[in-house]
Amino acid sequence: MPAALLIPAGLGLLFLVLPLAGLLIRAPWTTLPERLTEPGALTALRLSVQTATLATALCLLLGVPLAWVLARVEFPGRRLVRALVTVPLVLPPVVGGVALLLVFGRRGLLGGWLDSTFGVTLPFTTTGVVLAEAFVAMPFLVIAVEGALRAADHRFEEAAATLGASRWTTFTHVTLPLVAPGLAAGAVLCWARALGEFGATITFAGNYPGRTQTMPLAVYLALETDLESAIVLSLVLLVVSVGILVALRDRWMTTA
Amino acid sequence: MSARATRTAMAVVMALTVAGCAAGDDRAAGGAADGRITGAVTVFAAASLTESFRRIGKDFEAANPGSTVTLNVAGSSALANQINQGAPADVFASAAPANMATVTKAGNAEGAPTTFARNQLVIAVPRGNPGGVTGLADLSRPGVKVALCADQVPCGAAARTVLDAAGVALTPVTLEQDVKGALAKVKLGEVDAALVYRTDTRAASADVTGVEFPESARAVNDYPIVALKDAPNPDGARAFVAYVRSAPAQAVLAEAGFQAP
Repeated sequence: MPAALLIPAGLGLLFLVLPLAGLLIRAPWTTLPERLTEPGALTALRLSVQTATLATALCLLLGVPLAWVLARVEFPGRRLVRALVTVPLVLPPVVGGVALLLVFGRRGLLGGWLDSTFGVTLPFTTTGVVLAEAFVAMPFLVIAVEGALRAADHRFEEAAATLGASRWTTFTHVTLPLVAPGLAAGAVLCWARALGEFGATITFAGNYPGRTQTMPLAVYLALETDLESAIVLSLVLLVVSVGILVALRDRWMTTA
Repeated sequence: MSARATRTAMAVVMALTVAGCAAGDDRAAGGAADGRITGAVTVFAAASLTESFRRIGKDFEAANPGSTVTLNVAGSSALANQINQGAPADVFASAAPANMATVTKAGNAEGAPTTFARNQLVIAVPRGNPGGVTGLADLSRPGVKVALCADQVPCGAAARTVLDAAGVALTPVTLEQDVKGALAKVKLGEVDAALVYRTDTRAASADVTGVEFPESARAVNDYPIVALKDAPNPDGARAFVAYVRSAPAQAVLAEAGFQAP
């Protein structure tokens, strides 16, 4: 094996793992049990897992069709649309949060109308958290699924069509199973990004325990006063997210 | 990267690599060999000092050619943590004695802190005052959306004191991580009111009106300042602290709405 690859690979791994070691070394192991059972921590954890899952569902619902259109439909301006989809990736999340407020906020483009027509206000609600997370996380899903669709063999879809399958049947029975590994990878990335979301969430949805205070927000506020609490909360988030990802990986992605 | 995300990242990085963050790196090591202050002076200042310290920093640079003032503004508690984790800062200006005590107790201050300003809470309302807020009691009216600072930061602690003393019970829609966060929600019109410092409403007078209320006298915040023990530029640190207490700097603070100590 060439050292030219192994050495940077090792350094890369070290760079990713060392901060984790730092967290583990500084963790207050003796007081861990009582810190873990603090009600605030569990509330924030539950909210984080719920909102990240809902955000992923929303991204699947809207993002998979979007990826399909980008991969399969020729239309003018497709390059521009593809670039627009990646905007949330390069936008600082706090700016994303402000942008969401300018659209869905009380004085926003749509927010005022939603409020007066349906009595729906999104900022400072759990729905707002889901929206903020979905906004930031959707590009991960769209890019992964679009890549899988482009790599998939068209001939299966064409064969299905010649055998009389409608476009919808082809999509659900041929295309989706064909890109399932890419879809799963995209969904996992999307969920992980949503789980760690901070900037857009605190800007758009604010910070209130039980309603909009997700784990990353709780960690940030704990950092203001108590470093050890912040470390414990970070570890909990880490263990739960890695646990869920590993469990899902074994289930979905063994063939990937 | 946004300021907020940068701050979080900084705090985490510092927490993880305490050893790597020793002072005396390659930054211009300032000095006063010939009685003049030169080099970079790094000032960690509470978020509510943003505008005044920006001006005071400029004035200090003008008065001491060859010096540059770098400001790091954030919630006082976050700054105190960063300093205790070894951030290379010269001066710490806190919005509350409690956060200053975090630093002095850890033995990171050079000498005793001095109070250089006082600040008081007001109710910030968006232009046009859509919630019709005229006093503290209005904040607990149903339908009035209020942003407060989180209890961990000085503006939140002061708000808690004032609300408890006045016997006003309210459920805010959000607990912001610093005073500028609460103010931003008012500026955007997403809340009807927020409890912030008088100075913050002055700085944002184009979008925000400050409603004074008598109960705020119960929680007047003292702002202490101190030179730090591991300051990369100790002469610059002492000179900056002295400058903040001088007449020209006090005039800037008064104009911003701070009270004299």
